[in-house]
Amino acid sequence: MTEPLIFELGAPGRTSSFMPECDVPVRETEELIPGNLLRKKPPRLPEAGEQEVARHFTRLSSLNYGVDTGFYPLGSCTMKYNPKVNEYAARLPGFARLHPYQAEDQVQGALRLMYETQRYLAEITGMDEFTLQPAAGAHGEFTGLLMIKAYHDHRGETGRRRVIVPDSSHGTNPATAALCGMEVRQIESGPDGTVDLDALRAALGPDTAAVMLTNPNTLGLFERDILAIAGAVHRAGALLYCDGANMNAVLGISRPGDMGFDAIHLNLHKTFSTPHGGGGPGAGPVGVKSFLAPFLPFPAVRLDPDSGTCFLDYNRPLSIGKVRSFYGNFGVVARAYTYIRALGGEGLREVAENAVINANYLLSLVRGTYRIPFDRRCMHEFVAVPPAGFREGGLHTADIAKRLMDYGYHPPTVYFPLIVEEALMVEPTETESRATLDAFAGALLEIAREGRENPQLLKDAPHGTPVARLDEVTAARRPVLRWQPEGEEG
Amino acid sequence: MRYVINTGEDRREMLARIGAGSVEDLFRDIPAEVRLKQPLNLPHPMAEPELARHLREMSAANRNLDEYACFLGAGAYDHYVPQIVDQLLLRSEFYTAYTPYQPEISQGTLQAVFEYQSLICALTGMEAANASLYDGASALAEAALMACGETKRDRVVLSETVHPEYRETVRTYLRYRGVEVTECPETGGVTDPERLMGMVDGRTAAVLIQQPNFFGCLEQAPEIGEAARRHGALFVVCADPVSLGVLEAPGEYGADIVVGEGQGLGNQLSFGGPCLGFMACRQKLVRRMPGRLVGQTADKHGRRGFVLTIQAREQHIRREKATSNICSNEALCALAAAIYLSCLGKEGLRRVADLCLQKAHYAHGLITSLEGVSSSFKAPFFKEFAVRLEEDPAGVNRRLLKDKIIGGLDLGRFYPRYSGHMLLCCTELRTREEIERLAAGIGGKPS
Amino acid sequence: MIMDGLLYSEDHEWIKVNGKSGRLGITHYAQEALGSVVFIELPEEGSRVAAGEPLGVVESVKAASDYYAPVSGKITAVNGELLDSPGLINEDPYGKGWIAEIELEDPAELDKLLSPEKYGELLEKEGK
Repeated sequence: MTEPLIFELGAPGRTSSFMPECDVPVRETEELIPGNLLRKKPPRLPEAGEQEVARHFTRLSSLNYGVDTGFYPLGSCTMKYNPKVNEYAARLPGFARLHPYQAEDQVQGALRLMYETQRYLAEITGMDEFTLQPAAGAHGEFTGLLMIKAYHDHRGETGRRRVIVPDSSHGTNPATAALCGMEVRQIESGPDGTVDLDALRAALGPDTAAVMLTNPNTLGLFERDILAIAGAVHRAGALLYCDGANMNAVLGISRPGDMGFDAIHLNLHKTFSTPHGGGGPGAGPVGVKSFLAPFLPFPAVRLDPDSGTCFLDYNRPLSIGKVRSFYGNFGVVARAYTYIRALGGEGLREVAENAVINANYLLSLVRGTYRIPFDRRCMHEFVAVPPAGFREGGLHTADIAKRLMDYGYHPPTVYFPLIVEEALMVEPTETESRATLDAFAGALLEIAREGRENPQLLKDAPHGTPVARLDEVTAARRPVLRWQPEGEEG
Repeated sequence: MRYVINTGEDRREMLARIGAGSVEDLFRDIPAEVRLKQPLNLPHPMAEPELARHLREMSAANRNLDEYACFLGAGAYDHYVPQIVDQLLLRSEFYTAYTPYQPEISQGTLQAVFEYQSLICALTGMEAANASLYDGASALAEAALMACGETKRDRVVLSETVHPEYRETVRTYLRYRGVEVTECPETGGVTDPERLMGMVDGRTAAVLIQQPNFFGCLEQAPEIGEAARRHGALFVVCADPVSLGVLEAPGEYGADIVVGEGQGLGNQLSFGGPCLGFMACRQKLVRRMPGRLVGQTADKHGRRGFVLTIQAREQHIRREKATSNICSNEALCALAAAIYLSCLGKEGLRRVADLCLQKAHYAHGLITSLEGVSSSFKAPFFKEFAVRLEEDPAGVNRRLLKDKIIGGLDLGRFYPRYSGHMLLCCTELRTREEIERLAAGIGGKPS
Repeated sequence: MIMDGLLYSEDHEWIKVNGKSGRLGITHYAQEALGSVVFIELPEEGSRVAAGEPLGVVESVKAASDYYAPVSGKITAVNGELLDSPGLINEDPYGKGWIAEIELEDPAELDKLLSPEKYGELLEKEGK
């Protein structure tokens, strides 16, 4: 089943009539705008009625798979349930219908929400101060690394321009370092999948600005040597940055600030239940220890204790500046605030406990059939590889992923982390029931059997989706990135 | 509230299966020194009715634009969001989905983004658009980096009439990249053409302008583009997408990269975020583009389908050599823009742009005929304009607020030399009656 | 598949020497490891490169990797056909899939490259 493009629907001259009649005296457009700046040809937009548009996008939505559709064990992405009360909160007119440049006394509710969220996140992570401005995790990394660079420069250590990342790190970590004009040094993970302390010590030097770590790491393993790591990093004069993508595993259990991290970004769209939106918007608040606070982007949201009012503090001479317009993805922050207030401290701890129980339980159901390259107690996720015999049958992780769709599941993350060949990275999250995990494990075991008996079944999968596997090679060799009217393509 | 659904019995049985004596046992890899000894110090959990009440109270402490007529613009616009947009955004197959890395079960998002890219190309007159960036400011910064990569040059010329927060963002992004940012001063609210000519040379990677600019004024964009082209610099235009219903498409006057803020296309203001950064470029620059791209292809049965493509530019493959570090974008805001533009269509967008244009000029006429008020600039404008007041803008705004009007922006906040000037905006939502009340309020006596 | 008459680098490039110049590309093994090539960034004609320096990038759907100059010299020609048909690198890596021609600066550098036999051993040693 496929759906026509919106451009292929409707009829010439058709439009939806939302706009009122003009109630002011009308002047000729040519009188108001110089001729050379006037549009000559109207843009080729669709010409469809509201009902056609409603049906089109509703049908498109039915071609999608969301957390509300079914189990979504996408490792590293924390696809937990998105509470509906969050959507209610973000849509309250008092939040949704606010202009960012309204005077502070008109937006005290919004500023208070931001101020409190900053405090809660600081408490949850063990940091001192937070900025809510970054629009996503990678944007948070960028903000964090810039602050670290600014901090070193401020101390006269301008030569610190190298960032160390483990080979299991998210791609955003090295990409962020490059975006900040820094060099990347990648170190090999140790035999147990965690940081090799000797390799780290050898890589640290007077040119090291920061070490970026995810903890628990992308294999779902907690860095047991975290205190020694932090000690080594700090002795070398570098700072320790936490990629907070996996914070869901340790909410209320342990805090990066107490582990020795100097800065962290959180992904509100992972840990704090705000929806992923098909790719965004998210939010990537950054928390820092107090010595980095002067470098936070401006403005900071602060509380004047005397008057009890909140204000925007632009007077920050050491600030790295702005990383975007306005104050951040407020609508996303409002959802995360709602989530934190719904759960409270005990509720957040319960989140981490159940995320870890669910992951270990699922692991226990598939271990033996699927191979586990770093097999020990996992945290909120684990990494598996295809069953024995698959490789010989010409089967890959992608085939398992595609076949899972036929069983009604979204596949786990595949081919990441890069240090595990044919990786299958599974993160069930805390909001799934034991019954769901049992059924999913059943599908994985069934697929293991199918792969041995009828590998072609997997190679041709998925069989029951709106489209079969798509030709990605042609898509990349001859990119068609937009619709054009017939006869005008290319 | 809690969203964990395993029962105590489930947990016991699951722990037994795992072979763990207790939940604590699962966390044994975490050194005791870094284990929290006490519960997080956070407010108590709330049941949904209590939580909803709390949120309503908190939001009620804000003056929202359903109750006030807003004449603020400056990069965030009170355009009408048709009901259909939010109704469709609430389809949870859309909003609870992840990035469409598995195309067979993500055709909804992928096709919608493909349509969004096509719509942005149509609006801007460009050949390729990406799936979105964070906001207009970061999109402009990314465009500057893209131009430096393409031209192998290390200087960009940025007009002073570009949104001040965008300029700040560009500087932040370029700070450690060895790129020099030169600002071209304005004269009379527009980029000074002579100064600009003097600044662009063979080292210039890009000339960056905003159209209409921060003051609402229209730049002589074609001339500026010509100056950039003469020196082999790329011409980057930061455009208001709604204005493109009446204003010439930047692609028609030589833009190489067009970026902008797409919030006005069907997205709520939401106190300034989420926003929608859009970016479009010429075909030859596609491989330098940051962010995701959706392309059309077919499955083995020949059925049309859509996939993420040219991914080797991106961080998950290229790591430190990626064109950008961006991963999450603003996909749902792009979907809102696609729904909005689909509904309005060719005729509807033209109508919105016309209404903005007419209302802004009506307001301009009324306000500048007031005693003691004059137009700040002579340049033509679209939906925003600045006026010079005799009174302090903050005082005027306080008076307006009593009449349920949110007045304009004090330009002195960003341009000290224009303190006492107010930047006002009229979207299609402002009625004649509101505009007349605004004028009366500005002309009223200080209280 | 390894071709006789070529020299190989440890980074999986090949060069066919003809007097003072050579034609180069990536090996059969390299293209296979990448998968279907969708795009190649070619070096600039007339540019000078040192042995071991990146010449460009070759991309497949899910991977991208730099390829390197096996020897130092000046790029005298590039295979423009690859821009339209990058798949030639997969179909015929040692023939129509050639990437560039280079004017050798120092023929002594050739001694550091691997013979077909040695390259075969390298692949075997790496389990490839």
